[in-house]
Amino acid sequence: MEKVIAGNTVAVNDEGYMTNMSQWNKEIAEELAKEANITLTERHWEVLAYIQNEVKNEAPLSIRKIGKSNVVDIKEFYQLFPVAPLKTATKIAGVPKPVSCI
Amino acid sequence: MNEFNGEVKKMMIILSKATLENVYAAFVLANGARMEGIEAEMFFTFFGLEAVHKKKLEHLHVATVGNPAMHMPTMLGGLPGMEALATSMMKKEMERIDMPDVHEFLEILTASGVKLWACKLAMDMFHYKKENMYDDLDGIITVGDFYKQGSGVGTHMLFI
Repeated sequence: MEKVIAGNTVAVNDEGYMTNMSQWNKEIAEELAKEANITLTERHWEVLAYIQNEVKNEAPLSIRKIGKSNVVDIKEFYQLFPVAPLKTATKIAGVPKPVSCI
Repeated sequence: MNEFNGEVKKMMIILSKATLENVYAAFVLANGARMEGIEAEMFFTFFGLEAVHKKKLEHLHVATVGNPAMHMPTMLGGLPGMEALATSMMKKEMERIDMPDVHEFLEILTASGVKLWACKLAMDMFHYKKENMYDDLDGIITVGDFYKQGSGVGTHMLFI
């Protein structure tokens, strides 16, 4: 299905995750962050860039891996994205929802 | 009350066993709750205390006796070295699926905001002191305290 986010028509799945990373831009991220009650700071952008890079390299994402990323530790990750951090961060980053349980 | 839609808001997980498979089940459930935006607290009681005992938490074992899912005769499971063998096999598999060891898992839980409580009665029974336990334990509390922690709409309790 398609959805208009920040004036852009983008492809999303039924949970609202973007299905085409190339359609992503910073305005979309800010709009998606607002829906999650988050105001993006420099730290958020660094984490989002890391997540996008991992997905581009087809590396599976998990909380444990985020903690070992040297970009952010788990505690700060939960501070930046307080509710369901991995799900929220991946949604804002325009990448698929991770299937990890850890 | 009428507005409550039945969503899970908080998981209160009681761990009473120290076999590796039970400890991991409890940890994955607590961490999984936080990953979904659900609050989580754990209460370690009886043998479950070993999962937060500094010296013991690194040496937890899989149960080979009385565990039908091992698919081996109970008598075989009781042979010397069997538990160690099963445990090392399980640990290898866990590393393969990116599962942290017990100590690292505790660190992840603490960093994720899971509260970790030790049962006062069991602490007294096993003669454990606070300094024997994992440093980031949130405290030693009674059953009543734990129930109080779990008050509120949308709380679920789980006994493992």
